[in-house]
Amino acid sequence: MTDTITAKPIPVTVLTGYLGSGKTTLLNRILSESHGKKYAVIVNEFGEIGIDNDLIVESDEEIYEMNNGCVCCTVRGDLIRVVEGLMRRPGRFDGIIVETTGLADPVPVAQTFFMDDDVRSKTELDAVVALVDAKHLPLRLKDSREAEDQIAFADVVVINKTDLVTQEELAQIEDVVRAINPSARIYKTSRSGVDLAKVLDQGAFNLERALENDPHFLEHGHEDHVCGPDCGHDHYHHHDHDHDHHHGHGHDRHHHAPSAIHDVTVKSISLRGGEMNPERFFPWIQKVTQTEGPNILRLKGIIAFKDDAERYVVQGVHMIVEGDHQRPWKDGEKRESRLVFIGRDLDVEKIEKSFLACQATQTTAA
Amino acid sequence: MPTVAPLDLEGHVVAARFLGDVPFFATAAGTIHRLDGGEKVTQAHEGLLTCIRDPHSPSLITGGEDGKVLRIGQDGAVTELAHAPRKWINVVAGGPQGAVAYAHGRSSFVRLSDGTTKEFAEERSVEGLAFAPKGLRIAAARYNGVSLHWVGTNAPPQDLDWKGAHTGVTFSPDGRFLVTMMQENALHGWKLDGKPGEARHMRMTGYPAKVKSLSWSVKGKWLASSGAPAAIVWPFASKDGPMGKAPLELGTRANIMVTQVAFHPAEEVLAIGFVDGMILGVRVADGKEALLRRPGKGAITGMGWSGNGKLLAFASDAGDCGVIDISA
Repeated sequence: MTDTITAKPIPVTVLTGYLGSGKTTLLNRILSESHGKKYAVIVNEFGEIGIDNDLIVESDEEIYEMNNGCVCCTVRGDLIRVVEGLMRRPGRFDGIIVETTGLADPVPVAQTFFMDDDVRSKTELDAVVALVDAKHLPLRLKDSREAEDQIAFADVVVINKTDLVTQEELAQIEDVVRAINPSARIYKTSRSGVDLAKVLDQGAFNLERALENDPHFLEHGHEDHVCGPDCGHDHYHHHDHDHDHHHGHGHDRHHHAPSAIHDVTVKSISLRGGEMNPERFFPWIQKVTQTEGPNILRLKGIIAFKDDAERYVVQGVHMIVEGDHQRPWKDGEKRESRLVFIGRDLDVEKIEKSFLACQATQTTAA
Repeated sequence: MPTVAPLDLEGHVVAARFLGDVPFFATAAGTIHRLDGGEKVTQAHEGLLTCIRDPHSPSLITGGEDGKVLRIGQDGAVTELAHAPRKWINVVAGGPQGAVAYAHGRSSFVRLSDGTTKEFAEERSVEGLAFAPKGLRIAAARYNGVSLHWVGTNAPPQDLDWKGAHTGVTFSPDGRFLVTMMQENALHGWKLDGKPGEARHMRMTGYPAKVKSLSWSVKGKWLASSGAPAAIVWPFASKDGPMGKAPLELGTRANIMVTQVAFHPAEEVLAIGFVDGMILGVRVADGKEALLRRPGKGAITGMGWSGNGKLLAFASDAGDCGVIDISA
């Protein structure tokens, strides 16, 4: 099929978060601050967006299950239409922002950008950003699964309204966010004052960029991973904020941190191995995503294949998995394979054992 | 050899249709261009999303990002039929006696010629609308099926259920069949005049891409569709339609997808528009092909025949439009 689209795909940012988490405030900042870019915004309701902008589109969330027998293959039908319409006149904006309702499951939104060919050919999912209300997160986590899903699925978590909690409470909130999602970048702020450069144009789903701009990928608990009040909007300075960040389990293979405020049901599995045999790895990742797909929210990884000069990166959402060569391994860079799964009811031992069996050095048991 | 009179417009052009002998082109930006003794331009919408030819009158019906539903006359005159601020009007249909249907969100609306409007609430967003060929009856395509409403009554709709997202809908010209386009590269059909207990469903699958264009032949013997590197043409002449039958594949090209199909108004000849801008004319009887237009800058997004069937207007997503004279 000839491709008549030569333009660069338009980046799409998905903004999730409960009612009161500060999404509208953040949107208003994106729409009004001078950063030299124009955004088309798809919202469920105009609500309190007080800005007159003809690129704000109201859309009813329509979740469509695909007729392929896979229960997790869902897309947002309304987005397909709106994005198609927007992309007929692409010169009007530099990016698209999709704001979801408070209770929304971010997965169908994200999958729309992988599963619909027309949408996929013209746009590129940039990042899923979750806003969290520091004051009310414990309550939200108690009464809904969606709040946990939104954090688990995010590339960037913005802990907002930090001025409404004590330092101890904030540390607990950070712990629980980290326990739910060890690979997200976390920012703390008040009044949605996060630096927009940390939210927009992240390339989190771009295989070339995704893992590159995060040197500590998968090394959860690392201090650089929790980014503090970098914008200076915070009311107190706590440069010692990393003292309670569990360096001890930074290299645990699996990770289910106890939390004082929430019994986390989302679990992440961080796998580490040596060089992989592609003939074992590819069938394995296919099989894992096929059989465990409904339980996998996200997966990301860097794979070192034996006799391959380039790093191979993979990422996935439920049953959708994609991968590509990223760049050559650097001199002195440790050639190891790392993979993280975030999901529910995952069989840690089985996944780990079968992953390690894909290693090139692994000899088959007699 | 057909001759092509080009018309280069700015940006994506959504539709090309004839009213009488005058070709009309509707741009995504919202302008309507007509070639009526020179190019004439009407500003219709702030962003145009859909443009159809009203099958019951010499006019176009359009819907836009500005929430307006407009009727465009032969002289380019614009009449506002409805205005739903902040809503996108993606789908419109033209019915008998000046009735017009449109939809936004989870409602379909029918506006009668006297200006009264009836609203039909749907469970899910309306993705496609079509008037039945007989009687004032409207079909609304939605997730998991189609709702059929008699406009004149308040009776509950007749629901035609089929799992999945239905993104467009059309009645056969004789009203015996209803066919929808689906999100998953397939068509679905219902036989509407079946006896109770008779198999009513028709699954038309095997497309490599989503179907976005459908066209019935002059007497409804054939239904042509896009979504493959050939026009897929289903036989509807027999009482059971295409059930158990294979479709024709016309104008097959290796890996070049068909984006638009338009049957000639009098002959069983199909105009086939491709993603690379090429247009073929193909006779159903023997599959004989004629090149009507060489590949251009963009994908064909719309085609319309003149009433006498001698001229074919076409639109593209890169703005390179034109009119083909096949009588030359």
